[in-house]
Parts: sequence; C-alpha cells; structure tokens
Amino acid sequence: MTPDLIYGLTGVAVFGIGLVGALSAQDRLRRVLALKLCSVGAGFLLVVGAWREPPAAPDPVPHALVITGIVVMVSATAVALALIRRLQTLEATDER
Amino acid sequence: MTDPLVIFDLLLALAIVALAAASLSVRDLFSMIVLFIIFGLLSALAWVRLSAPDVALAEAAIGTGVTGALLLKTLHHLRFASGTLGQKAAYGVTPVAPVPMAVIMTNAVFCGLITLGLVVAFLGAPAAGPGFDPLVAEAMPQSGVEHPVTGVLLNFRSYDTLMEVVVLLAAVVAVWQIERGLSEAPAPAMGEVWQGFARLALPAIVVVGTYLLWVGAEAPGGAFQGGAVLAAVGLLLLLTRAYVPQPAHRGIARGAFVLGTAAFALVALLVASGGRVAFEYPLDHAKTLILLIEGMVTISIAVTLAALFHGREPVALAKGDRNDT
Repeated sequence: MTPDLIYGLTGVAVFGIGLVGALSAQDRLRRVLALKLCSVGAGFLLVVGAWREPPAAPDPVPHALVITGIVVMVSATAVALALIRRLQTLEATDER
Repeated sequence: MTDPLVIFDLLLALAIVALAAASLSVRDLFSMIVLFIIFGLLSALAWVRLSAPDVALAEAAIGTGVTGALLLKTLHHLRFASGTLGQKAAYGVTPVAPVPMAVIMTNAVFCGLITLGLVVAFLGAPAAGPGFDPLVAEAMPQSGVEHPVTGVLLNFRSYDTLMEVVVLLAAVVAVWQIERGLSEAPAPAMGEVWQGFARLALPAIVVVGTYLLWVGAEAPGGAFQGGAVLAAVGLLLLLTRAYVPQPAHRGIARGAFVLGTAAFALVALLVASGGRVAFEYPLDHAKTLILLIEGMVTISIAVTLAALFHGREPVALAKGDRNDT
C-alpha cells in the first residue's frame, strides 16, 4: 500500500461524490460546492500522478497545473456565486 | 511490517471521503460550508503527504480559505434576500421542487458507473510513468530559480500562468458587471474581540504573505500562495470595516487588477523584442525578472481576491436608486 494508491482512490471517490452532487443537488449553492469537490478530486489524481517513491523528487509540471487549476476554480466559483446572488435578488423583487 | 504512516494515510483518506459525502448530504447550508472547509484542509494535508507542499499551500489558502469565505458571504447574502436570516438553520435558500426518486437513482447509477470506470482506469494506468521530471531537472539551471515548481510556473510554462492571471482579471470584471446596482446585504457588526484580533493578526499576515512570495524562488511558496495570504489581509480589513471601499478608490483597484497581467505581458514583450522568444529570459536577469513578475502578480492576486470577496463594485448609490443599472 503506497500513498499514491490510497490517495488516488480517494481522488476518484471524491470526484464521484462531487459528480452525484452536481447532478442531483437542488440548491444552487450546493451544486457549486459539488463542482468544487470534482475539481479537488481531479487535483488529487494529478498530484498522485506526479508522486515518486520518496527519495526521488516529484514531477513539478502537474503540481504547477494543479496550482493553476485551483486559481481558475476560485475565479469560476466567484463568478458562479455572483450569478447566484443576482438571481436570488431578482427572484426576491419578482415576488414582491 | 506495516509503515505506521500507511495507517495515517488510510484514516486521512477515509476522513476526506466521509467529509466530502457529509458536506453534500447535510441539510443545513452553513454546516455544509464548514464541512467543506475541513475537507479542503484535510485534502491539503494529503497533498503534503504526496510531497506536493506548493499545491497544499495553494489549496489551503485559495481553494479552501478564499473559497470558503466566498461561500459564507454568499450564504449570508442569500439568507438576507430570502428573509430567512432570523432562522437558526439555513435550509435551502433557493426555491426547490421535489425531484422524482427515479431521477436521483438514475443519476446515482450513472455516476457510480463513471466512478467505477475511473477506478479501473486509475488502477490500470502504468505506475510512475515517464513524467516531465527529467526534462525539468535538466533545464533547471537555465530557469534562474532553484525551486522546480516556481521554475515551471514562471519560466517553462509562463503562458499558462499569464492566462491564469487573465482568468482572474476576467472574473473580477464579470463579478462587477453581474452585481452592478445590486444592494448589499448588511453585514453583521464584528465585535471588539475581532478588532483587537485584526490589529494583532494583520502585521503577521503581511509578513507571512511577503515571506511566501520571496521564498518561492528556492522553496515551496510563490506568488499565488503569497497573494492569497495577503488577500486575507483585505478580507480582515473589509470584515472589521477598517477599510470601506469608496467609489473614488475604483481607479486604484482597477490599476491593481491589471498590474500583474500588464507586468507579465510587458516583460514577455521586452524579452521578445531583444531577439529572443517571449519568456526566454536572459539568464543573468532571470531571477530578477521572475521576482519582478511575481511581485506584481502577487499584488494583483491579493487585490483581486479581496475584490471578489467584496463583490459589488463600490459605486455611489443615491437613495431609492438601488436597482438602477
């Protein structure tokens, strides 16, 4: 049992959980969070792919890709959340 | 003989999966976000175990810290807009129609099949296949920095990083447009303990963020991690109302948003005009150029993330003119 096997399966499981959530969550906030879980699962797999048996240093290219992915994901999340806030305000004014 | 760390890995993996499932199944939205934040921090810990400290820092600071703050702020806004702020638990703040059980089951079956396929693909993938590590190790002396991840981010794959900064810029432009004319949910006043905490914590955070930026050249750290930590300064200032965004400050904010992209692109163009390929930094000045870019990008990231948290563009609102777009 090496860490790459354990955390690789963790990543796949987290991705699967996020996928179920993104498809079946009703609440908008929960759906955004589910997509974020998917991205973390994908990040797990990339980091696992970069892992080497300890004395050897890991592959830095996937690490750089995951860091880029995290920053892109926070940008996408911020836009999605702004859209949710806008929608909610529009619905609240419609009801009045 | 079992390595005791294997047991730690197994427990951590179990906790991560359980937290992911719990955050999606718990009914209260506030608990959902808190569980997600714990999930993110434990994932960062797992990535440290996979010898990826840079990624772990970025995930803890940006993927969990800033994202968690964004989610909490949005939840507050939604509860305010739907008039459920007084209720103790936050169940479904968006209108919900019941889903037929068949749809849920179909979703679950298909997602299970996809996940199973991914497991098979993961287990069947060649272990420790040829990566880019030999190439990177060979090229490191030409990068101007000693830390491979920084070398890849700021030198070998600079286009990716430039585009990443552009994405961040695009996000803040989009958020300002979307929220134009939207009225702000009144934020609860922070107590005096918070004010005192902010006074103590702010200088420390500034030092930590700047250190992370500086140390990125030879050890884990760098512009993104440092920028996110500095963004926490912005968040604290906004939350304690030590700084209230003014319409007159928009020019400075816009300048800060563009600073990173502009400096990055300018350096690339200047390098290219010297008869080289863009981003092929001259070796003597590589470290200076990289640190210059990183410094500017850090300022941009910090200000942009804080602006994304604040959301609405600070425009002067006349009374009764709030939905004027």
